[in-house]
Amino acid sequence: MAEDEPARLGGEGKASRKRKKKRAPEADDAAETAKRLKRGPAVDLKSITDKKLKGKLRRVEGVIQASQKKAAKINEWLLPASAGTLEAEGVERTWNFKQESVVAAVDSTAAAKAFDLSLPELGPYSLTFSRNGRFMLMGGGKGHLALMDWQRSHLVCEVQVRETVRDVTFLHNETFWAAAQRKYVYIYDKRGLEVHCLRDHTDVHALDFLPHHFLLTSIGEHGVLRYQDTSTGHIIAQHKTRLGSCGVMRHNPHNAAVVLGHALGCVTMWTPNLTTPAVKMLCHKGPVTALAVDPGGNYLATAGADSHIKVWDLRKLQPLHSYFSYAPVTRMDISQRGLLAVGYGRKVQVWQDALRTKVQSPYMTHQLPAGVLHSFQFCPYEDVLGIGHSAGVSTMLVPGAGEPNFDSFVANPFQTVRQRQQQEVVALLDKLQPDTIVLDPDSVGRVRKEPAAVVQQRRAEEQAANAARLAASRRKAEDKEKMKGKNRPSRRHRKKQSNIIEDRKPTIKEKQKEEAARRKEAAEKKAENAIPEDAPRAVRRFYKQ
Amino acid sequence: MKVKVISRSEEDYTRERSSDLRKVQRNYDPQLHQFEKAHEYTRALNAAKLDRIFAKPFLAALPHDDGVTCLARNPKLVNSIVSGSADGDIRIWDVPQQRTLRRLVGHTAAVKGISFAPDGETCVSASTDATVKLWKVPYAPFEAGEVQEDAEPVFEFQGKNAFRGIDHHWDRTIFATAGAAVDIWDHTRSEPVQSFTWGSDTITSIRFNPAEPDVFASTAVDRSIALYDMRRSTPLRKVVMQTRCNALAWNPMEPFNFTAANEDCCLYTYDMRKLTSALCVHKDFVSAVMDVDYSPTGREFVAGSYDRSIRIFAASGGHSREVYTTKRMQRVFAVRFSGDASYVFSGSDDMNVRCWKAKASEQLGVRLPREKHKQAYNDALLERYKHMPEVKRIVRHRHLPAAIFKAARTRRTVTESDKRKLQRRIEHSAPGSIVVKPERKKKIIAQVE
Repeated sequence: MAEDEPARLGGEGKASRKRKKKRAPEADDAAETAKRLKRGPAVDLKSITDKKLKGKLRRVEGVIQASQKKAAKINEWLLPASAGTLEAEGVERTWNFKQESVVAAVDSTAAAKAFDLSLPELGPYSLTFSRNGRFMLMGGGKGHLALMDWQRSHLVCEVQVRETVRDVTFLHNETFWAAAQRKYVYIYDKRGLEVHCLRDHTDVHALDFLPHHFLLTSIGEHGVLRYQDTSTGHIIAQHKTRLGSCGVMRHNPHNAAVVLGHALGCVTMWTPNLTTPAVKMLCHKGPVTALAVDPGGNYLATAGADSHIKVWDLRKLQPLHSYFSYAPVTRMDISQRGLLAVGYGRKVQVWQDALRTKVQSPYMTHQLPAGVLHSFQFCPYEDVLGIGHSAGVSTMLVPGAGEPNFDSFVANPFQTVRQRQQQEVVALLDKLQPDTIVLDPDSVGRVRKEPAAVVQQRRAEEQAANAARLAASRRKAEDKEKMKGKNRPSRRHRKKQSNIIEDRKPTIKEKQKEEAARRKEAAEKKAENAIPEDAPRAVRRFYKQ
Repeated sequence: MKVKVISRSEEDYTRERSSDLRKVQRNYDPQLHQFEKAHEYTRALNAAKLDRIFAKPFLAALPHDDGVTCLARNPKLVNSIVSGSADGDIRIWDVPQQRTLRRLVGHTAAVKGISFAPDGETCVSASTDATVKLWKVPYAPFEAGEVQEDAEPVFEFQGKNAFRGIDHHWDRTIFATAGAAVDIWDHTRSEPVQSFTWGSDTITSIRFNPAEPDVFASTAVDRSIALYDMRRSTPLRKVVMQTRCNALAWNPMEPFNFTAANEDCCLYTYDMRKLTSALCVHKDFVSAVMDVDYSPTGREFVAGSYDRSIRIFAASGGHSREVYTTKRMQRVFAVRFSGDASYVFSGSDDMNVRCWKAKASEQLGVRLPREKHKQAYNDALLERYKHMPEVKRIVRHRHLPAAIFKAARTRRTVTESDKRKLQRRIEHSAPGSIVVKPERKKKIIAQVE
């Protein structure tokens, strides 16, 4: 967030904070710039006992402090341009200013940046700018695709594809761009020639490109989020959202997570590594109609069919403010300096400071002269909002929207061909792997110190698992698997069976003993029941024998 | 109404003529530079991989007629090295042209040590034929045609027994020989000026301290390292270890420290002021370490071993940062660092002196400022991310010959098993009954005055 203006201007909304400290404003801003440029807290050297390590870290920390101070000084004093401003005088209010009066009050170069292209027959236009703000790509709903260098009014290429076009996006630079057409997604060259037809992406409603990872993402009718690496051509991941058709997709520039807005009112955040959403938040009653993510990854603005606009803190995933709009918002965008643009019907409103604080009135408003709003995007490094509507394309001057000072190694609007080629090579060499996309990007390269007890437990578990595995393999090795011979499995099995002791089958000796005992018993019984000698013969048949 | 909108003029951001410099705009706001750490990590990985791709350290092999036993570096000339072999042949090499400049003939048995005088124009060599010969070393480089000539010694010193080592003083015209006893000789005298003995064992190597003009150290066959002061008549003190030291080298930047190459596959760094414990134990070899030499920067040293490899260690590093092997290189008997710390020479049993790069992936020759900056950036990245497992795996990876790999594995198994058993013995006995000696003191038996 680049709120580094030297002095707060009055009339910018009632929620501007008053400075409490009475320091000199220059020292204040230098300190603020230095604080913003810090990449993290210093290492605590007191807790380190190892002297060699302590000395090394002290030296490294000194170098880091010196470089941060130098960067802060450069950013404070040596930046060539300053941000745009719009100041109202007296009883004027900034939201009352019409675009015509703003255009009349600025210099001719800036005035040339505000234009209207009337293209009423070829459908509502989707619009996107390249990352350095120099090229504009527009895709009309009836199949008109055009790439132009909009500041110099130079049309680079134009093509009529004769089928519905739903969304367009640039790839890594202006030489390649993608269009989501009726059935598939097509990639075009800067000459307008079709280079690829991506048949895996079917019925796509929204396209996006992650520049650091070279990933083209698409979401559409079937609710499948696809990641495709445009440098190697492989599909990295395909996630079924299972939340129905989706047409609202943005990416978080801070951690490269894809944010989707669904018809049931929930907003989900996805990474290519998880098949389920990393974050799922219920934001609105009714479908989510628009989304915008702040370039620093701090705020998320969502708009729903319930006419609410909600601002969320993305780091803590907590709601911050809620605004009410007169109609469900069609499109939202956040500029590099934190201006929130909200559009519905024929109206476009730009709000300043609406994310950090809750403001009561907008910064600027604009009524489209013709056509209904379809899409808009802030141009990077320019104070311009490009609007695509059903009657063509227009641009609106929004002072203070763009970052005035660009970094040549990140994005250069005045790039030569040679510089573009070099940057492409450097970007490919520095390409990040998709499996490093996590919600907290600062965790890359960090060493996680676990408590000793956890480490010990994990080690014990590993050892137990290892021992079990070794025992299993040893047992397996002990059973020799011979096919035939004396020790063949069938023979061993038979021997095992024969060794089984059964209670019903006593041994021979025992059998003999049993037999003898039985006979003895029988004999005794017989002797017991013997017929007495003096018994008459007639009675003998009555004695049991 | 007061309005100001960003409007950049093209002249401010582009150049007029092709002879002008291109303007570069910088803005250090972190919001413009997302994923800094991830990009840095990716670059560190790429730097590690490139480092391994460009690691081609072997430069040249300079042939002898018999196994190379000793090497010496000229303190005044960077592109020259002198090597002595087992048949008494001494050669002065022009390393860039990879040719012999002079053959110094005279010795009839193996040359055991060569050393240069401080002026760089005289060198002395000691051999098993009980002679020390003084040679004149021509200074000017040779350009044209056949230059390999044989040269005769200027002076010859006769000794009573075979010599095992020699070292010339870095300032005076005296040199010390190691043999049955330590003898100090002067250029102008044909008999030793001073003699030191301690016990009746052979002294195998000797080195003068690079800062103290009167102090030197020696290694002997009785497993001891002795310190001497020339101003006294008897040696100062000695430390007796469990195994014999083969060679010794003083750290040129910390002259109170020296490193000794030991028979037990390790090198020991000592502070001469406190010999009760070693400062550092350097372990990575799998066979006896034959020779050691420090880099002129004092930050690292090279050691050659009987296991056919040479390793480069950081001065305080317990393990080597680099290992060089070749199928053709047999037992290494001598190693030297070059005078500009860029090259390493190794003399081995296969009759060759090999020249290697000290930093295996370094680009030699004149480099553009941009190349130097990129190399420095890559080195800084590797230094910052060397603890990350992927980067560490790539940086550490070296191909070792099967014999060394297996021997190292066996040693590791043995040491781990010993450690485990010791731990268990400690666990199951009365606390304090088993005293564990630290590694740095374990191999020292006694210190004797």
